[in-house]
Amino acid sequence: MDPHEGQGTSHEPTPTVWPVGFAVGIACIFVGLIISKIVLVVGVVIAAIFGFLWIRDATKPFRHEEAPAEAEPPPAPRQPPGARAAGPEPGEGEIVRYPRSKFLEATTLGLGALIGVVVTAPVLGFTVLPPFIKQGHPKVDVGAIEDFPENKFVIATYLLKPADGEVSRRTAYIRNNGFLGESPSFTIVSNRCVHLGCPVQVNGLPLADETKTERTAGNNVVTRIPTAAAAGFGCPCHGGQYDTEGNRTAGPPVRALDRYEFEIVDGRLLLGKTFAVSEVDGTAADAKIHTYPLAGPGQHVDGPEAWLYPVQPPR
Amino acid sequence: MAKKKPSRLDQLVKLVLYPLNWLEERTSIPGHSGLVGGIKYFLFRKVPSDISWGHTLGSAALTAFIVQAVTGVILAMYYKPDPNSAYESIRHITDDLWAGWLVRGMHRWGASVFIILLFLHMGRVFLYGAYKYPRELNWIIGALILVLGMMEGFFGYLLPWDQTAYWATVVGVNLQATGPFVGPFLGPVLQGGHDIGPDTLARFYSLHMLVIPGALAGLIGLHLWLVVRIGVSSPPWSPTEAGRPQPGPPPAPRKGLVAPAPRGARRR
Repeated sequence: MDPHEGQGTSHEPTPTVWPVGFAVGIACIFVGLIISKIVLVVGVVIAAIFGFLWIRDATKPFRHEEAPAEAEPPPAPRQPPGARAAGPEPGEGEIVRYPRSKFLEATTLGLGALIGVVVTAPVLGFTVLPPFIKQGHPKVDVGAIEDFPENKFVIATYLLKPADGEVSRRTAYIRNNGFLGESPSFTIVSNRCVHLGCPVQVNGLPLADETKTERTAGNNVVTRIPTAAAAGFGCPCHGGQYDTEGNRTAGPPVRALDRYEFEIVDGRLLLGKTFAVSEVDGTAADAKIHTYPLAGPGQHVDGPEAWLYPVQPPR
Repeated sequence: MAKKKPSRLDQLVKLVLYPLNWLEERTSIPGHSGLVGGIKYFLFRKVPSDISWGHTLGSAALTAFIVQAVTGVILAMYYKPDPNSAYESIRHITDDLWAGWLVRGMHRWGASVFIILLFLHMGRVFLYGAYKYPRELNWIIGALILVLGMMEGFFGYLLPWDQTAYWATVVGVNLQATGPFVGPFLGPVLQGGHDIGPDTLARFYSLHMLVIPGALAGLIGLHLWLVVRIGVSSPPWSPTEAGRPQPGPPPAPRKGLVAPAPRGARRR
Protein backbone atom coordinates (compact mmCIF):
# COMPACT_ATOMS: atom_id res chain seq x y z
CA MET A 1 0.00 0.00 0.00
CA ASP A 2 1.10 3.49 -0.62
CA PRO A 3 1.59 5.63 2.44
CA HIS A 4 1.01 8.80 0.45
CA GLU A 5 -2.36 7.72 -0.75
CA GLY A 6 -4.90 10.45 -0.20
CA GLN A 7 -2.34 12.75 1.42
CA GLY A 8 -1.02 14.93 -1.35
CA THR A 9 0.71 17.17 1.14
CA SER A 10 2.66 14.41 2.88
CA HIS A 11 6.37 14.97 3.14
CA GLU A 12 7.12 11.48 4.41
CA PRO A 13 10.56 10.43 3.18
CA THR A 14 10.54 7.27 1.16
CA PRO A 15 12.40 4.27 2.54
CA THR A 16 15.98 4.35 1.38
CA VAL A 17 19.31 2.73 2.11
CA TRP A 18 21.39 5.89 1.58
CA PRO A 19 21.47 6.82 5.29
CA VAL A 20 23.15 3.48 6.01
CA GLY A 21 26.00 4.34 3.66
CA PHE A 22 26.13 7.85 5.09
CA ALA A 23 26.45 6.41 8.59
CA VAL A 24 29.25 4.12 7.43
CA GLY A 25 31.01 7.16 5.99
CA ILE A 26 30.69 9.05 9.30
CA ALA A 27 32.01 6.04 11.19
CA CYS A 28 34.95 5.91 8.78
CA ILE A 29 35.65 9.58 9.44
CA PHE A 30 35.77 9.01 13.19
CA VAL A 31 37.98 5.95 12.82
CA GLY A 32 40.16 7.80 10.34
CA LEU A 33 40.62 10.71 12.74
CA ILE A 34 42.25 8.26 15.12
CA ILE A 35 44.18 5.82 12.98
CA SER A 36 44.85 6.98 9.45
CA LYS A 37 44.35 9.83 7.04
CA ILE A 38 43.53 7.50 4.17
CA VAL A 39 40.58 6.08 6.08
CA LEU A 40 39.54 9.66 6.89
CA VAL A 41 39.55 10.62 3.21
CA VAL A 42 37.67 7.46 2.27
CA GLY A 43 35.13 8.23 4.99
CA VAL A 44 34.67 11.77 3.73
CA VAL A 45 34.15 10.52 0.19
CA ILE A 46 31.65 7.87 1.28
CA ALA A 47 29.77 10.29 3.50
CA ALA A 48 29.69 12.90 0.74
CA ILE A 49 28.43 10.50 -1.93
CA PHE A 50 25.77 8.90 0.23
CA GLY A 51 24.83 12.22 1.79
CA PHE A 52 24.26 13.66 -1.65
CA LEU A 53 22.21 10.68 -2.75
CA TRP A 54 20.17 10.82 0.45
CA ILE A 55 19.46 14.52 0.08
CA ARG A 56 18.58 14.07 -3.57
CA ASP A 57 16.19 11.31 -2.63
CA ALA A 58 14.63 13.19 0.25
CA THR A 59 14.05 16.36 -1.73
CA LYS A 60 12.45 14.65 -4.70
CA PRO A 61 8.88 15.68 -3.79
CA PHE A 62 9.97 19.31 -3.55
CA ARG A 63 11.57 19.17 -6.95
CA HIS A 64 8.25 18.02 -8.42
CA GLU A 65 9.65 14.80 -9.65
CA GLU A 66 7.77 11.64 -10.10
CA ALA A 67 7.64 9.68 -6.84
CA PRO A 68 10.07 6.76 -7.06
CA ALA A 69 8.69 3.35 -7.65
CA GLU A 70 8.68 1.41 -4.40
CA ALA A 71 9.09 -2.19 -3.56
CA GLU A 72 5.40 -2.19 -2.64
CA PRO A 73 2.84 -2.28 -5.42
CA PRO A 74 2.24 1.06 -7.12
CA PRO A 75 -0.66 3.11 -5.83
CA ALA A 76 -2.61 3.57 -9.03
CA PRO A 77 -4.74 0.49 -9.70
CA ARG A 78 -6.74 -0.31 -6.61
CA GLN A 79 -6.50 -3.98 -5.87
CA PRO A 80 -9.62 -5.94 -5.04
CA PRO A 81 -10.28 -6.14 -1.31
CA GLY A 82 -8.58 -9.05 0.34
CA ALA A 83 -5.73 -9.17 -2.13
CA ARG A 84 -2.69 -10.07 -0.14
CA ALA A 85 -0.24 -7.55 -1.50
CA ALA A 86 -2.56 -4.65 -0.89
CA GLY A 87 -3.26 -5.59 2.70
CA PRO A 88 -6.48 -4.84 4.48
CA GLU A 89 -7.86 -1.36 4.38
CA PRO A 90 -7.14 0.16 7.79
CA GLY A 91 -10.30 0.62 9.78
CA GLU A 92 -11.01 3.30 12.33
CA GLY A 93 -8.27 3.23 14.95
CA GLU A 94 -6.31 0.44 13.31
CA ILE A 95 -2.58 0.60 12.95
CA VAL A 96 -1.44 1.34 9.43
CA ARG A 97 1.54 -0.76 8.38
CA TYR A 98 3.91 1.37 6.41
CA PRO A 99 6.58 -0.11 4.18
CA ARG A 100 9.13 1.23 6.62
CA SER A 101 7.86 -1.06 9.37
CA LYS A 102 8.30 -3.99 7.03
CA PHE A 103 11.80 -2.79 6.28
CA LEU A 104 12.51 -2.67 10.00
CA GLU A 105 11.05 -6.13 10.42
CA ALA A 106 13.32 -7.50 7.74
CA THR A 107 16.30 -5.65 9.14
CA THR A 108 15.68 -6.99 12.65
CA LEU A 109 15.29 -10.55 11.44
CA GLY A 110 18.28 -10.22 9.14
CA LEU A 111 20.50 -8.73 11.81
CA GLY A 112 19.35 -11.40 14.26
CA ALA A 113 20.28 -14.10 11.79
CA LEU A 114 23.63 -12.43 11.11
CA ILE A 115 24.42 -12.21 14.83
CA GLY A 116 23.39 -15.84 15.21
CA VAL A 117 25.79 -16.90 12.46
CA VAL A 118 28.63 -14.74 13.77
CA VAL A 119 28.26 -16.24 17.25
CA THR A 120 27.66 -19.83 16.15
CA ALA A 121 30.32 -20.17 13.47
CA PRO A 122 33.38 -19.95 15.75
CA VAL A 123 31.77 -22.18 18.38
CA LEU A 124 30.87 -24.81 15.83
CA GLY A 125 34.31 -24.56 14.26
CA PHE A 126 35.91 -24.92 17.68
CA THR A 127 33.91 -28.10 18.20
CA VAL A 128 34.57 -29.70 14.84
CA LEU A 129 37.89 -28.44 13.44
CA PRO A 130 40.56 -29.09 16.13
CA PRO A 131 40.47 -32.87 15.52
CA PHE A 132 41.75 -32.18 11.99
CA ILE A 133 44.35 -29.52 12.73
CA LYS A 134 47.90 -30.08 14.00
CA GLN A 135 47.41 -33.82 14.16
CA GLY A 136 50.97 -34.71 13.25
CA HIS A 137 53.55 -36.01 15.68
CA PRO A 138 57.34 -35.99 15.77
CA LYS A 139 59.33 -39.00 14.61
CA VAL A 140 59.82 -41.52 17.38
CA ASP A 141 63.20 -43.02 18.26
CA VAL A 142 62.57 -46.65 19.20
CA GLY A 143 66.18 -47.76 19.67
CA ALA A 144 69.46 -48.59 17.97
CA ILE A 145 69.53 -50.95 15.00
CA GLU A 146 71.46 -53.50 17.05
CA ASP A 147 68.47 -53.74 19.44
CA PHE A 148 66.53 -55.49 16.68
CA PRO A 149 67.81 -58.99 15.95
CA GLU A 150 67.48 -60.11 12.36
CA ASN A 151 64.33 -61.93 11.22
CA LYS A 152 62.62 -61.71 14.61
CA PHE A 153 59.69 -59.52 15.52
CA VAL A 154 60.24 -57.17 18.44
CA ILE A 155 57.23 -55.69 20.22
CA ALA A 156 58.05 -52.01 20.61
CA THR A 157 55.80 -49.70 22.61
CA TYR A 158 56.35 -45.96 22.72
CA LEU A 159 54.54 -42.71 23.41
CA LEU A 160 53.21 -41.06 20.27
CA LYS A 161 53.16 -37.69 22.04
CA PRO A 162 55.06 -37.92 25.34
CA ALA A 163 53.37 -34.75 26.59
CA ASP A 164 49.97 -36.49 26.40
CA GLY A 165 51.10 -39.29 28.68
CA GLU A 166 50.20 -42.97 28.60
CA VAL A 167 47.03 -42.38 26.60
CA SER A 168 49.23 -41.89 23.55
CA ARG A 169 51.10 -45.21 23.96
CA ARG A 170 51.28 -47.16 20.70
CA THR A 171 52.69 -50.50 19.70
CA ALA A 172 54.64 -51.49 16.61
CA TYR A 173 55.94 -54.90 15.58
CA ILE A 174 59.43 -54.41 14.19
CA ARG A 175 61.43 -56.98 12.27
CA ASN A 176 64.94 -56.38 11.06
CA ASN A 177 65.19 -57.90 7.58
CA GLY A 178 68.93 -57.42 7.28
CA PHE A 179 70.17 -55.45 4.32
CA LEU A 180 68.59 -54.79 0.97
CA GLY A 181 71.61 -53.92 -1.10
CA GLU A 182 73.37 -51.37 1.06
CA SER A 183 70.44 -50.01 3.04
CA PRO A 184 68.94 -51.75 6.05
CA SER A 185 65.45 -53.17 5.63
CA PHE A 186 62.79 -53.25 8.31
CA THR A 187 59.25 -54.55 8.40
CA ILE A 188 57.35 -52.32 10.83
CA VAL A 189 53.71 -53.24 11.32
CA SER A 190 51.14 -51.30 13.31
CA ASN A 191 49.27 -53.27 15.95
CA ARG A 192 45.99 -51.53 15.10
CA CYS A 193 43.68 -54.15 13.64
CA VAL A 194 42.25 -52.95 10.33
CA HIS A 195 38.91 -54.45 11.17
CA LEU A 196 37.84 -52.06 13.94
CA GLY A 197 41.02 -50.94 15.65
CA CYS A 198 41.62 -53.48 18.43
CA PRO A 199 45.24 -54.34 19.28
CA VAL A 200 46.51 -57.34 17.33
CA GLN A 201 48.86 -59.67 19.17
CA VAL A 202 51.84 -61.67 17.97
CA ASN A 203 50.93 -65.28 17.35
CA GLY A 204 54.09 -66.44 19.02
CA LEU A 205 55.99 -66.23 22.25
CA PRO A 206 56.86 -62.84 23.73
CA LEU A 207 60.09 -63.22 25.65
CA ALA A 208 59.07 -61.10 28.62
CA ASP A 209 62.29 -61.82 30.49
CA GLU A 210 64.27 -60.01 27.82
CA THR A 211 62.15 -56.85 27.99
CA LYS A 212 64.18 -53.69 27.72
CA THR A 213 62.97 -50.24 28.67
CA GLU A 214 64.78 -47.23 27.35
CA ARG A 215 64.29 -43.51 27.70
CA THR A 216 64.89 -42.11 24.22
CA ALA A 217 64.89 -38.70 22.59
CA GLY A 218 62.02 -36.33 23.39
CA ASN A 219 61.46 -37.82 26.88
CA ASN A 220 59.94 -40.94 25.36
CA VAL A 221 59.79 -44.23 27.21
CA VAL A 222 60.23 -47.16 24.82
CA THR A 223 59.95 -50.81 25.74
CA ARG A 224 61.16 -53.62 23.49
CA ILE A 225 60.02 -57.21 23.97
CA PRO A 226 61.64 -59.76 21.66
CA THR A 227 59.51 -62.62 20.42
CA ALA A 228 60.20 -66.18 19.35
CA ALA A 229 58.50 -68.13 16.61
CA ALA A 230 56.13 -65.37 15.54
CA ALA A 231 53.82 -66.97 13.00
CA GLY A 232 51.72 -63.90 12.29
CA PHE A 233 49.26 -61.74 14.16
CA GLY A 234 45.81 -62.26 15.61
CA CYS A 235 43.19 -59.92 16.96
CA PRO A 236 41.42 -60.86 20.20
CA CYS A 237 38.26 -58.86 19.51
CA HIS A 238 36.71 -60.46 16.45
CA GLY A 239 39.26 -63.05 15.40
CA GLY A 240 41.04 -61.32 12.52
CA GLN A 241 44.23 -63.18 11.51
CA TYR A 242 47.27 -61.92 9.61
CA ASP A 243 50.47 -63.51 8.37
CA THR A 244 53.96 -62.26 9.21
CA GLU A 245 53.78 -59.64 6.45
CA GLY A 246 50.48 -58.34 7.77
CA ASN A 247 48.37 -59.87 5.00
CA ARG A 248 44.91 -60.85 6.12
CA THR A 249 44.53 -64.62 6.29
CA ALA A 250 41.20 -64.98 8.06
CA GLY A 251 38.41 -63.08 9.73
CA PRO A 252 36.76 -59.72 9.11
CA PRO A 253 39.68 -57.31 8.35
CA VAL A 254 39.39 -55.54 5.00
CA ARG A 255 43.06 -55.10 4.09
CA ALA A 256 46.58 -55.82 5.35
CA LEU A 257 47.93 -54.31 8.57
CA ASP A 258 49.09 -50.70 8.43
CA ARG A 259 52.86 -50.08 8.28
CA TYR A 260 55.21 -47.37 9.46
CA GLU A 261 57.51 -45.19 7.43
CA PHE A 262 60.96 -45.30 8.98
CA GLU A 263 64.40 -43.83 8.67
CA ILE A 264 67.73 -44.50 10.26
CA VAL A 265 69.66 -41.59 11.70
CA ASP A 266 73.01 -42.16 13.44
CA GLY A 267 72.27 -45.85 13.78
CA ARG A 268 68.92 -45.21 15.50
CA LEU A 269 65.60 -46.39 14.11
CA LEU A 270 63.03 -43.58 13.83
CA LEU A 271 59.35 -44.31 13.20
CA GLY A 272 57.45 -41.87 11.03
CA LYS A 273 53.88 -41.82 9.78
CA THR A 274 51.72 -44.88 9.28
CA PHE A 275 50.25 -45.74 5.92
CA ALA A 276 47.65 -48.18 4.73
CA VAL A 277 48.51 -51.36 2.85
CA SER A 278 46.13 -53.30 0.65
CA GLU A 279 48.35 -56.37 0.41
CA VAL A 280 51.97 -57.44 0.43
CA ASP A 281 53.53 -59.68 -2.24
CA GLY A 282 56.67 -61.57 -1.24
CA THR A 283 58.28 -61.51 2.14
CA ALA A 284 60.74 -59.55 4.25
CA ALA A 285 63.27 -57.46 2.32
CA ASP A 286 61.90 -58.62 -1.06
CA ALA A 287 58.32 -57.73 -0.26
CA LYS A 288 56.33 -55.59 -2.66
CA ILE A 289 54.03 -53.44 -0.56
CA HIS A 290 50.91 -51.94 -2.12
CA THR A 291 50.69 -48.68 -0.19
CA TYR A 292 47.88 -46.18 0.19
CA PRO A 293 47.35 -43.08 2.32
CA LEU A 294 46.34 -44.01 5.84
CA ALA A 295 42.65 -44.77 6.29
CA GLY A 296 40.66 -45.71 9.35
CA PRO A 297 40.16 -49.33 10.38
CA GLY A 298 37.46 -51.06 8.41
CA GLN A 299 37.82 -48.73 5.44
CA HIS A 300 38.75 -50.34 2.16
CA VAL A 301 41.68 -48.78 0.31
CA ASP A 302 41.38 -50.72 -2.93
CA GLY A 303 38.64 -52.26 -5.02
CA PRO A 304 35.19 -50.82 -5.61
CA GLU A 305 34.51 -50.56 -1.86
CA ALA A 306 37.19 -47.88 -1.67
CA TRP A 307 34.81 -45.62 -3.60
CA LEU A 308 32.82 -45.34 -0.38
CA TYR A 309 35.69 -43.34 1.16
CA PRO A 310 36.65 -40.85 -1.55
CA VAL A 311 37.98 -38.17 0.77
CA GLN A 312 40.16 -38.75 3.81
CA PRO A 313 40.62 -36.02 6.42
CA PRO A 314 44.06 -34.42 6.73
CA ARG A 315 46.42 -36.20 9.09
CA MET B 1 -21.21 -18.19 69.47
CA ALA B 2 -22.41 -16.78 66.22
CA LYS B 3 -19.46 -17.68 64.08
CA LYS B 4 -17.74 -21.02 64.21
CA LYS B 5 -14.01 -20.89 64.67
CA PRO B 6 -12.23 -22.27 61.57
CA SER B 7 -10.88 -25.73 62.17
CA ARG B 8 -7.21 -26.61 62.18
CA LEU B 9 -7.66 -28.38 58.85
CA ASP B 10 -9.23 -25.34 57.23
CA GLN B 11 -6.38 -23.19 58.47
CA LEU B 12 -3.85 -25.67 57.15
CA VAL B 13 -5.53 -25.82 53.75
CA LYS B 14 -5.56 -22.04 53.62
CA LEU B 15 -1.90 -21.94 54.53
CA VAL B 16 -0.96 -24.38 51.79
CA LEU B 17 -3.19 -22.78 49.17
CA TYR B 18 -2.01 -19.23 49.74
CA PRO B 19 1.40 -19.53 48.00
CA LEU B 20 -0.09 -21.79 45.33
CA ASN B 21 -2.77 -19.23 44.54
CA TRP B 22 -0.14 -16.50 44.56
CA LEU B 23 1.85 -18.45 41.97
CA GLU B 24 -1.20 -19.30 39.92
CA GLU B 25 -2.33 -15.69 39.75
CA ARG B 26 1.05 -14.57 38.49
CA THR B 27 1.58 -17.29 35.89
CA SER B 28 -1.83 -17.57 34.32
CA ILE B 29 -2.85 -16.08 31.03
CA PRO B 30 -6.41 -14.68 30.99
CA GLY B 31 -8.76 -17.54 30.16
CA HIS B 32 -6.12 -20.21 30.80
CA SER B 33 -4.72 -21.83 33.87
CA GLY B 34 -1.26 -21.01 35.11
CA LEU B 35 1.56 -23.12 36.46
CA VAL B 36 -0.35 -24.68 39.34
CA GLY B 37 -3.45 -25.26 37.28
CA GLY B 38 -1.35 -26.75 34.54
CA ILE B 39 0.35 -29.20 36.86
CA LYS B 40 -3.01 -30.05 38.42
CA TYR B 41 -4.43 -30.67 34.98
CA PHE B 42 -1.44 -32.81 34.04
CA LEU B 43 -1.76 -34.96 37.14
CA PHE B 44 -5.54 -35.28 37.34
CA ARG B 45 -6.58 -35.15 33.69
CA LYS B 46 -9.10 -37.67 32.40
CA VAL B 47 -7.79 -40.76 30.66
CA PRO B 48 -9.78 -43.57 29.00
CA SER B 49 -11.23 -46.03 31.48
CA ASP B 50 -9.88 -49.09 29.70
CA ILE B 51 -6.19 -48.34 29.91
CA SER B 52 -3.91 -50.88 31.54
CA TRP B 53 -0.57 -51.24 33.28
CA GLY B 54 0.97 -51.19 29.83
CA HIS B 55 0.19 -47.51 29.69
CA THR B 56 2.48 -46.82 32.64
CA LEU B 57 5.63 -47.81 30.74
CA GLY B 58 6.15 -44.26 29.47
CA SER B 59 5.99 -42.87 33.00
CA ALA B 60 8.33 -45.64 34.12
CA ALA B 61 10.83 -44.65 31.42
CA LEU B 62 10.50 -41.02 32.51
CA THR B 63 11.20 -42.07 36.09
CA ALA B 64 14.25 -44.00 34.93
CA PHE B 65 15.45 -40.89 33.10
CA ILE B 66 15.01 -38.77 36.21
CA VAL B 67 16.95 -41.34 38.25
CA GLN B 68 19.74 -41.21 35.65
CA ALA B 69 19.76 -37.42 35.71
CA VAL B 70 19.89 -37.16 39.50
CA THR B 71 22.48 -39.91 40.05
CA GLY B 72 24.50 -38.55 37.11
CA VAL B 73 24.61 -35.07 38.57
CA ILE B 74 25.81 -36.48 41.89
CA LEU B 75 28.43 -38.70 40.23
CA ALA B 76 29.68 -35.64 38.34
CA MET B 77 30.57 -34.11 41.70
CA TYR B 78 33.23 -36.79 42.23
CA TYR B 79 34.21 -37.90 38.73
CA LYS B 80 37.31 -36.45 37.02
CA PRO B 81 37.24 -36.63 33.20
CA ASP B 82 41.00 -36.82 32.74
CA PRO B 83 42.94 -39.82 31.39
CA ASN B 84 45.26 -39.84 34.38
CA SER B 85 42.61 -39.68 37.10
CA ALA B 86 39.33 -40.97 35.63
CA TYR B 87 39.80 -44.61 36.59
CA GLU B 88 41.06 -43.70 40.05
CA SER B 89 38.10 -41.35 40.64
CA ILE B 90 35.67 -44.13 39.68
CA ARG B 91 37.45 -46.48 42.06
CA HIS B 92 37.24 -43.78 44.74
CA ILE B 93 33.49 -43.38 44.15
CA THR B 94 32.90 -47.12 44.29
CA ASP B 95 35.16 -48.11 47.18
CA ASP B 96 35.73 -45.10 49.43
CA LEU B 97 32.78 -42.73 49.34
CA TRP B 98 29.73 -43.37 51.47
CA ALA B 99 27.02 -45.04 49.32
CA GLY B 100 29.12 -44.33 46.24
CA TRP B 101 28.75 -47.95 45.15
CA LEU B 102 24.98 -47.54 45.38
CA VAL B 103 24.70 -44.30 43.40
CA ARG B 104 27.12 -45.53 40.75
CA GLY B 105 25.30 -48.84 40.60
CA MET B 106 21.97 -47.07 40.19
CA HIS B 107 23.41 -45.06 37.31
CA ARG B 108 25.14 -48.03 35.70
CA TRP B 109 22.19 -50.45 35.90
CA GLY B 110 19.59 -47.71 35.55
CA ALA B 111 21.04 -47.02 32.12
CA SER B 112 19.99 -50.48 31.00
CA VAL B 113 16.64 -50.12 32.74
CA PHE B 114 16.01 -46.87 30.85
CA ILE B 115 16.72 -48.46 27.47
CA ILE B 116 14.68 -51.58 28.29
CA LEU B 117 11.72 -49.44 29.39
CA LEU B 118 12.00 -47.35 26.23
CA PHE B 119 11.75 -50.51 24.14
CA LEU B 120 8.83 -51.88 26.15
CA HIS B 121 7.03 -48.54 25.91
CA MET B 122 7.72 -48.46 22.20
CA GLY B 123 6.41 -51.99 21.84
CA ARG B 124 3.20 -51.13 23.70
CA VAL B 125 2.63 -48.08 21.51
CA PHE B 126 3.33 -50.11 18.39
CA LEU B 127 1.08 -53.05 19.29
CA TYR B 128 -1.77 -50.76 20.34
CA GLY B 129 -1.45 -48.78 17.13
CA ALA B 130 -1.04 -45.66 19.24
CA TYR B 131 1.49 -44.23 16.78
CA LYS B 132 -1.27 -43.56 14.22
CA TYR B 133 -2.94 -40.26 13.45
CA PRO B 134 -2.84 -37.86 15.23
CA ARG B 135 0.10 -39.18 17.23
CA GLU B 136 2.70 -39.70 14.47
CA LEU B 137 4.78 -36.73 15.58
CA ASN B 138 5.02 -38.16 19.07
CA TRP B 139 6.23 -41.46 17.63
CA ILE B 140 8.95 -39.59 15.76
CA ILE B 141 9.97 -37.69 18.88
CA GLY B 142 9.99 -40.97 20.79
CA ALA B 143 12.26 -42.53 18.18
CA LEU B 144 14.65 -39.58 18.58
CA ILE B 145 14.58 -40.08 22.35
CA LEU B 146 15.51 -43.74 21.82
CA VAL B 147 18.44 -42.79 19.57
CA LEU B 148 19.67 -40.16 22.02
CA GLY B 149 19.25 -42.62 24.88
CA MET B 150 21.48 -45.13 23.11
CA MET B 151 24.02 -42.37 22.41
CA GLU B 152 24.02 -41.68 26.14
CA GLY B 153 24.95 -45.31 26.61
CA PHE B 154 27.74 -45.10 24.04
CA PHE B 155 29.32 -41.94 25.40
CA GLY B 156 28.88 -42.96 29.03
CA TYR B 157 30.53 -46.33 28.47
CA LEU B 158 33.98 -44.77 28.03
CA LEU B 159 33.90 -42.83 31.30
CA PRO B 160 35.10 -45.60 33.69
CA TRP B 161 38.27 -45.57 31.55
CA ASP B 162 39.16 -49.20 32.05
CA GLN B 163 40.24 -51.67 29.37
CA THR B 164 36.66 -52.66 28.53
CA ALA B 165 35.58 -49.05 28.22
CA TYR B 166 38.60 -48.08 26.14
CA TRP B 167 38.52 -50.90 23.61
CA ALA B 168 34.74 -50.96 23.34
CA THR B 169 34.89 -47.28 22.47
CA VAL B 170 37.71 -47.85 19.97
CA VAL B 171 35.55 -50.45 18.23
CA GLY B 172 32.41 -48.31 18.49
CA VAL B 173 34.02 -45.21 17.04
CA ASN B 174 35.76 -47.13 14.25
CA LEU B 175 32.50 -48.84 13.44
CA GLN B 176 30.92 -45.45 12.87
CA ALA B 177 33.99 -44.33 10.94
CA THR B 178 33.32 -47.07 8.38
CA GLY B 179 30.16 -45.25 7.34
CA PRO B 180 30.42 -44.25 3.69
CA PHE B 181 31.67 -40.78 2.70
CA VAL B 182 31.30 -39.02 6.07
CA GLY B 183 32.69 -41.88 8.16
CA PRO B 184 36.36 -40.88 7.95
CA PHE B 185 35.38 -37.43 9.28
CA LEU B 186 32.90 -38.65 11.86
CA GLY B 187 35.49 -40.67 13.78
CA PRO B 188 37.88 -37.76 14.43
CA VAL B 189 35.01 -35.43 15.33
CA LEU B 190 33.78 -37.93 17.92
CA GLN B 191 37.21 -38.58 19.42
CA GLY B 192 38.70 -35.11 19.07
CA GLY B 193 41.52 -36.60 16.99
CA HIS B 194 42.44 -39.57 14.84
CA ASP B 195 42.71 -41.86 17.85
CA ILE B 196 41.43 -41.82 21.38
CA GLY B 197 43.60 -39.19 22.99
CA PRO B 198 43.78 -36.79 25.91
CA ASP B 199 40.73 -34.81 24.71
CA THR B 200 38.48 -37.77 24.02
CA LEU B 201 37.42 -38.40 27.59
CA ALA B 202 36.41 -34.79 28.29
CA ARG B 203 34.63 -34.67 24.95
CA PHE B 204 32.62 -37.77 25.72
CA TYR B 205 31.95 -36.47 29.22
CA SER B 206 30.59 -33.19 27.87
CA LEU B 207 28.40 -34.98 25.34
CA HIS B 208 27.26 -37.51 27.94
CA MET B 209 26.31 -35.10 30.69
CA LEU B 210 25.49 -31.80 28.96
CA VAL B 211 24.68 -31.98 25.27
CA ILE B 212 22.61 -35.14 24.99
CA PRO B 213 20.78 -34.90 28.35
CA GLY B 214 19.80 -31.34 27.42
CA ALA B 215 18.42 -32.50 24.09
CA LEU B 216 16.73 -35.45 25.80
CA ALA B 217 15.07 -33.25 28.41
CA GLY B 218 13.75 -30.94 25.69
CA LEU B 219 12.41 -33.82 23.62
CA ILE B 220 10.84 -35.47 26.66
CA GLY B 221 9.11 -32.19 27.47
CA LEU B 222 7.75 -32.01 23.93
CA HIS B 223 6.74 -35.69 24.10
CA LEU B 224 4.78 -35.13 27.32
CA TRP B 225 3.17 -31.98 26.04
CA LEU B 226 1.87 -33.87 23.03
CA VAL B 227 0.65 -36.72 25.23
CA VAL B 228 -1.37 -34.27 27.33
CA ARG B 229 -2.46 -32.25 24.32
CA ILE B 230 -3.73 -35.20 22.29
CA GLY B 231 -4.62 -37.55 25.14
CA VAL B 232 -3.95 -41.18 25.86
CA SER B 233 -5.24 -43.70 23.33
CA SER B 234 -7.55 -46.56 24.22
CA PRO B 235 -6.56 -50.10 23.31
CA PRO B 236 -7.61 -51.14 19.80
CA TRP B 237 -10.19 -53.55 21.26
CA SER B 238 -11.84 -50.85 23.36
CA PRO B 239 -15.65 -51.11 23.03
CA THR B 240 -16.15 -47.49 24.10
CA GLU B 241 -13.80 -46.33 21.42
CA ALA B 242 -15.72 -48.38 18.86
CA GLY B 243 -18.97 -46.75 19.98
CA ARG B 244 -20.40 -49.86 21.66
CA PRO B 245 -21.57 -49.83 25.25
CA GLN B 246 -19.35 -51.48 27.80
CA PRO B 247 -20.60 -55.01 28.34
CA GLY B 248 -21.60 -55.87 31.86
CA PRO B 249 -22.01 -53.53 34.77
CA PRO B 250 -20.05 -50.28 34.67
CA PRO B 251 -16.57 -50.75 36.06
CA ALA B 252 -16.04 -49.92 39.69
CA PRO B 253 -14.10 -46.73 40.14
CA ARG B 254 -10.44 -47.30 40.73
CA LYS B 255 -8.54 -45.42 43.32
CA GLY B 256 -5.04 -45.98 42.09
CA LEU B 257 -2.39 -47.64 44.13
CA VAL B 258 -3.96 -46.86 47.50
CA ALA B 259 -7.13 -48.84 46.90
CA PRO B 260 -6.90 -50.75 43.65
CA ALA B 261 -10.09 -52.09 42.18
CA PRO B 262 -10.90 -55.59 43.36
CA ARG B 263 -9.98 -58.40 41.04
CA GLY B 264 -12.61 -58.97 38.40
CA ALA B 265 -14.35 -55.67 39.04
CA ARG B 266 -13.59 -54.55 35.52
CA ARG B 267 -14.79 -56.67 32.69
CA ARG B 268 -14.24 -56.16 29.05
